Amino acid sequence: MVNPADLTLLDALADATERALAEAEIRLPPDVLAALQAAAAAERNGIARQELKNILENIALAGERQIPICQDTGVPVVYLTLPPDIGLSPDLFEGVREGVRRATASIPLRPNVVDPLTRENTGDNTGVGMPAIHVMPGDRLTVTVLPKGAGSENVSRIGMLLPSQAAEIPRFVAETMLLAGGKPCPPVILGIGIGGTFDMAATLAKEALLLPVDTMDDYEQEICDAVNTLGIGPMGLGGDTTALSVKVKRADCHTASLPVAVNVQCWACRRATVEVQR
Amino acid sequence: MTDLTTPLGDEVLSLRAGDRVTLSGAIYTARDEAHLRMMEEGIPFDPKGAVVYHCGPVVQNGRLVVAGPTTSARMNTLTGFLIDAGVRALIGKGGMGPEVVEQLRGRAVYLALTGGCAALAADRMRLSGVYFENLGMAEAVWAIGADRLPLTVGIDAHGGDLFRTVREKAKAQFHQRFNNR
Repeated sequence: MVNPADLTLLDALADATERALAEAEIRLPPDVLAALQAAAAAERNGIARQELKNILENIALAGERQIPICQDTGVPVVYLTLPPDIGLSPDLFEGVREGVRRATASIPLRPNVVDPLTRENTGDNTGVGMPAIHVMPGDRLTVTVLPKGAGSENVSRIGMLLPSQAAEIPRFVAETMLLAGGKPCPPVILGIGIGGTFDMAATLAKEALLLPVDTMDDYEQEICDAVNTLGIGPMGLGGDTTALSVKVKRADCHTASLPVAVNVQCWACRRATVEVQR
Repeated sequence: MTDLTTPLGDEVLSLRAGDRVTLSGAIYTARDEAHLRMMEEGIPFDPKGAVVYHCGPVVQNGRLVVAGPTTSARMNTLTGFLIDAGVRALIGKGGMGPEVVEQLRGRAVYLALTGGCAALAADRMRLSGVYFENLGMAEAVWAIGADRLPLTVGIDAHGGDLFRTVREKAKAQFHQRFNNR
């Protein structure tokens, strides 16, 4: 038997997830838009300026017409915050899954989720382990979505560096972009996870993509500058703007380890948070 | 800025990698499956002066919803027969391999459209027909009327390849910055 109170929570969570996805897929967050505008104003390469102009026009058109910014609407990565009075229950996860199904039909989203080996498409962007749902404690019940496209995800990298190689981290990040070239649809945002364990570094790197891109500390700026000296430019056609921003998250780690993960994000850094109405 | 209109002719030969152009007129979408089908059954449109667009659009009620470019490199080994048949331009993202650079020489060009710009691309395009519809929405050959599509010449008809030039410069910069310490 389903408890009617739980059904309401499930439904409210589905509704919030659907709304968050619609917001993320159609409108870029203000900080990302501002970073693209600043890059367009500063760019010295004529081809790169045209590419950035196309991107900005595309964003405006998607907003006017209420259609997704990019045809690769990604796979949904979801972060929940739970206040103390909400227990962890299967309904929370089912609510998110239901929201993804509704959003796939209503926005609409391209069905991107397939079996990893048979490649059979599930048709509704849910599946085994999909959407990825991360839960953390908070003051309010919120749903944050980060739809992630494949072009940039496919060139992301993790390295188990030696403890003596901390100074090599900027090189590792720049090398990741050198190998990626135009494939991840630059200008990119780079989420960097440093420390933790093998898996935690990757988790931190993805979480870093949720941070505002309009400020960088000295370390983040140093890495961003190193990437931009490569001159890969928007879409790999050359220019000053290869990375819009670099965001770093850290965790302590084993004395014999230095895990470093680079999660590459295309210019369409789509994310949105909605508070669940209950 | 050069304004091109299909069908294309020898005017493509004077373009150079890095030139910006607009393109108007008929273009035809084709991804992996469409290339394979055309090799088997023939090209369903007149290939003389034609433009092939690497794209799998979302079509709803006879209208293009989004129509951004897909990664062209997947078609590296599937492209020669199109150029042999008279196709004068390819549109896509990310550039193509050295074999295609050679196939284009003296005959055709590769034009880059900004990746992710699915709404912009759809705004400048109208559907006019479809071939091989049974391949499915993403893989069918859609006939499209384009209106001043903003493009960059990625690979010209003289072996000039902007993607390769940028890659080589990036490699040199990387080694200069990181390898000598």
